Amino acid sequence: MSSSPSDLERIKIHSRYLRGTIAEGLRDTVTGAISEDDNKLLKFHGSYLQDDRDLRDERRRQKLEPAYAFMLRARLPSGVVTPSQWLEFDRLAREYANGTLRITTRQTFQWHGIIKRHLKPTIAAIHEALATTIAACGDVVRNVVSTANPVESEAHALAYAWATRLSAELAPKTRAYHEIWLDGEPLVEEPKQEEPLYGTTYLPRKFKIGLAIPPLNDVDVFAQDMGLIAIIEQGELKGFNIAVGGGMGATHGDGSTYPRLASVMGFITPDRLLAVAEAVVTVQRDWGNRSERKHARLKYTIDKHGLDAFKAEVETRLGFALSPERAYRFDHNGDRYGWIEGNDGFWHLTLQIESGRLADNGDRRWLTGLRELAKVHRGDFRLTCNQNVIIAKVEAAQRQVIDAIVVAHGLDGYRAHSGIRRHAVACVALPTCGLAMAESERYLPDLLPKLEALLESHGLRDAPILLRLSGCPNGCSRPYLGEIALVGRGPGRYDLRLGADFRGQRLNRPYRENVDEAAILEALAPLFADYAAGRQQGEHFGDFLVRTGVIVEDTPRIDTEVAA
Amino acid sequence: MSGRPKEVDVNAVVAIDNRLPSMEASRLSTLERLVDGLGPAELYWIAAWSAARAERLQRGDAATTGAAKAAAVQLTILYGSQTGQAKRVAAQLHARAEAAGLAARLIRADAYPQRELAKETHLVVVISTQGDAEPPDDARGLVEFVLGKRAPKLPGLRYAVLGLGDSSYPQFCAIGRQFDERLAELGATRFAALGEADVDVDAVAAPWSDSALEQAKQVLGTSQPVRVATLQPVPHRATYTREHPFQAAVLDNQPIVARDAGRDVRHVELSLEGSGLSYEPGDSLGVWPSNPPVLVEQWLGVLKLDGEQLVTHEGRSLPLRQWLAREREITRLSRPLVAVLADASGEEELARLLRPDQSAALAALMAEYQPIDLWRRHASDWSAEELVAALRPLTPRLYSIASSRKAVGEEVHLTVGVVDYIAHGERHWGAASSFLAQAGDEQSLPIYIEPNERFRLPQDDARDIIMIGPGTGIAPFRAFVQERRETGARGRNWLFFGNRHFSSEFLYQVEWQAALRDGSLHRLDLAFSRDDVAKVYVQQRLREQGRELYAWLQEGAHLYVCGDATRMAKDVNAALIDIATTHGGHTHEQAREWLSDLLQQGRYARDVY
Repeated sequence: MSSSPSDLERIKIHSRYLRGTIAEGLRDTVTGAISEDDNKLLKFHGSYLQDDRDLRDERRRQKLEPAYAFMLRARLPSGVVTPSQWLEFDRLAREYANGTLRITTRQTFQWHGIIKRHLKPTIAAIHEALATTIAACGDVVRNVVSTANPVESEAHALAYAWATRLSAELAPKTRAYHEIWLDGEPLVEEPKQEEPLYGTTYLPRKFKIGLAIPPLNDVDVFAQDMGLIAIIEQGELKGFNIAVGGGMGATHGDGSTYPRLASVMGFITPDRLLAVAEAVVTVQRDWGNRSERKHARLKYTIDKHGLDAFKAEVETRLGFALSPERAYRFDHNGDRYGWIEGNDGFWHLTLQIESGRLADNGDRRWLTGLRELAKVHRGDFRLTCNQNVIIAKVEAAQRQVIDAIVVAHGLDGYRAHSGIRRHAVACVALPTCGLAMAESERYLPDLLPKLEALLESHGLRDAPILLRLSGCPNGCSRPYLGEIALVGRGPGRYDLRLGADFRGQRLNRPYRENVDEAAILEALAPLFADYAAGRQQGEHFGDFLVRTGVIVEDTPRIDTEVAA
Repeated sequence: MSGRPKEVDVNAVVAIDNRLPSMEASRLSTLERLVDGLGPAELYWIAAWSAARAERLQRGDAATTGAAKAAAVQLTILYGSQTGQAKRVAAQLHARAEAAGLAARLIRADAYPQRELAKETHLVVVISTQGDAEPPDDARGLVEFVLGKRAPKLPGLRYAVLGLGDSSYPQFCAIGRQFDERLAELGATRFAALGEADVDVDAVAAPWSDSALEQAKQVLGTSQPVRVATLQPVPHRATYTREHPFQAAVLDNQPIVARDAGRDVRHVELSLEGSGLSYEPGDSLGVWPSNPPVLVEQWLGVLKLDGEQLVTHEGRSLPLRQWLAREREITRLSRPLVAVLADASGEEELARLLRPDQSAALAALMAEYQPIDLWRRHASDWSAEELVAALRPLTPRLYSIASSRKAVGEEVHLTVGVVDYIAHGERHWGAASSFLAQAGDEQSLPIYIEPNERFRLPQDDARDIIMIGPGTGIAPFRAFVQERRETGARGRNWLFFGNRHFSSEFLYQVEWQAALRDGSLHRLDLAFSRDDVAKVYVQQRLREQGRELYAWLQEGAHLYVCGDATRMAKDVNAALIDIATTHGGHTHEQAREWLSDLLQQGRYARDVY
């Protein structure tokens, strides 16, 4: 393997802190695209160029360029959205995007189908709504996620505060964003040092931070580059366990890439959180692989140097040692649907949004429904890492009004859904995602009834089973943590993976490779039968498969009770 | 005789140079730099080479630049890649070939000018297979071309193919294999056996590259590039005319607007092989259409006539259906036809339209209605003989040719706006456009060339040209730009194009983008009228660019307009007058004179309809 820097490193260095020629590219009226190099930089601004892959070949024959449009992603720390922001985001979806809003697995919104001349007004409007898209993608610290737990209101407030601070501290500082999108004064000279943390080349690869408040692991804290596990004792935030080196992405047929769970390396008090985060980020900045992008995530840096060496370097930079990790316990990594009362007397309603897609389709007028809710709701909205939404901080007297809107727009499906449907997550995939090898979001509605019929025939209709669909091995839907996961290989073909646990603490294993739907259902049928017949009290499907030896566990499970 | 030319006085040569009026000083100095330090043998060789080149130029065979370029490359490495793996392998091979001293070039399949394939001598193809036997997106065009019936014979080609694939699919590396087999079928010779790499690409790709490179070095090291003598068909006089049209095979018939465009525009490619027909950019193609069969049946129904009935007219006997389909104009109204109809039906309303003071109303009627609409409204009894006698003979339709022969060889391309709309509660068709739109692969069409001497590229290829061609008016400018690219014309090319929507109706978008990249188009200004609230047309873009446009014209540029005559051409004319007043300081009257001068000089040419 060559050790010269990857092409993207060259692009970053010469970008003048993410400026490149994006502004010029936006003015080119001959194409709906921008240059490849600029597209790489655009990611750091929260957007990238896609095209409608359903139309790609047809348009080639028509001598037309692909149907280019931009995906735009907001940076919403902890997934909190105010009603007025919601109304604005909804307007942008209808006016400039494809008429839908997409809740992502990282607790934020994506817009799809924004054509080039609408990109700037959309970003400007998001800025006006007091949100941003900077660093929603790119080789930087992305949107910081945290447990969407409005019930433990004080703990959630604290978690949200820390996630927000981390997000702000670790965001890029370049003025490029203002210049390009917000009509900021353009830079005439060569830029001075604009990025004290990142420097000219930013990070070797994306960097994800998630904060979990046990017993909820809805953020899948072990899938993060840096996971923070809040330690709360008697309602007081004592600090955080720090886990490093989680990540989902892999490449088919390349054993040197793999999903990995984060390793817990110690405990810190809240006052040291920013310093520790910065130290972990800068060690990755300096040690990460900059010639081979598929080996550039923190997980490979840690496996290359060893966790001990990595931790020692972090401690050297900090000038103090991390404390031993504290005890914690996770119950599950899903969302709790329906109404729930918080300990401050407010009520919170979690709605299931299949694949996170808010659109109006027949009786399911979800985009309109949420818009109507935003018009009357006085609390806030919280997006979850499972692509759902919480109507948070509702006064008891308001519940009826909210419920009426929910029912009128077909948003009350969570009440009757099967166990597997309530725990299904799918990435976007075709037709917009350039990486997709197979369908995901569009396939979920076809697949679910077939799985439901199978489960029902074994009396398992209500068994909660984590199902995760992914159009490619890169893992936006965190497929390696699904009890059942399909990872796309090609049109209509998937790797079937089984045996993760229900708490995001054990990776699944491949069970069938490159198979079609018939083979998937055929493989699952006997397993469902065995599970129905032989499960122990409260035993989850993934745990059952491991206990009975169907799946052999080879990744050490995160020890949950180390210090207990 | 020693064979050595007698010594020439150096000063005499310079004197000759100085007498060449068109040779700029900069070119001369470039030339001097190039020959600086060369010995007499090399200089005499260059003189002979230049003379041969000049001769070819005079013969009108200017397609030498491309060929010369291709000949300099010994090894062409093409790749078709979806995930970047094939690209990576190809790039590595390219780097190693260059390091080994081979003149190699690396080209992505969709950037490869397919016409060059026939001239290749050594070719490596690295291509992946997607899913079950699908080519990568960037190679779809090339795969279609090579596997298709238009692929050239390749007796002079030596090649090697490396396929990439995923062996968990039934048809592992299908595209690589098809490519390899097809090249052999076309007469090419393998210099390395087909390689088939699985998901762990390098396990096969690395050793294959090693051996392919070795083979390439041996082949290129030991043999001169294979030269194939191409047989030129003996040109015979064009005997095909309007009256005796050539039956041209349909090579391609492709919609070039997106599915949501709301109307159909076709790119039609016809073969001229064996016709001896030739054309220049700016010429038109005459097409003898057949009327839409559905329309013919509608006529028979409305008039309650039997299509099988034999009708004799002017000494020819044909079934009525054939008269209507092939021989008679049934999609356009004319004054005589309105007169006959008025007479037969006794309708006062129709008769009134024929009065001299009603010409505007008659024109409106003829624009809005087809004959069948009037038959429907003014039913009267007609015999088949009366009908055939009343209708005008069918005439051919002219389309501006959208190709340059230097670029497409023995083909002719058209850009056809398909006339197919609902009016007065019924579907309506245009005769020729619907005829062309339904023309299938195996069909041939009666065609001839209609020269248009008034719509020609400047003789002096250093002149700039400005082309204004909204909608299907773009057609001749595709020919112009192709021609100027092939001849290496020195002047700049500036195109104004407009249509309703950028995303669905930017005709030949990817070709214009490629032309901007390769320098054969210098400027492209666009106006899409329905993309925003405010409607923008080409004349507005002309005004916005008025200063520069006027400067181009003052420097001798030629200006061309093609497309809609009723509105666009008039609006453009008005915009040009405005520009001359605003930027040329002319009065309105002077501006009109200036424009008519341009017309006189042949520097303002229009092909409007």
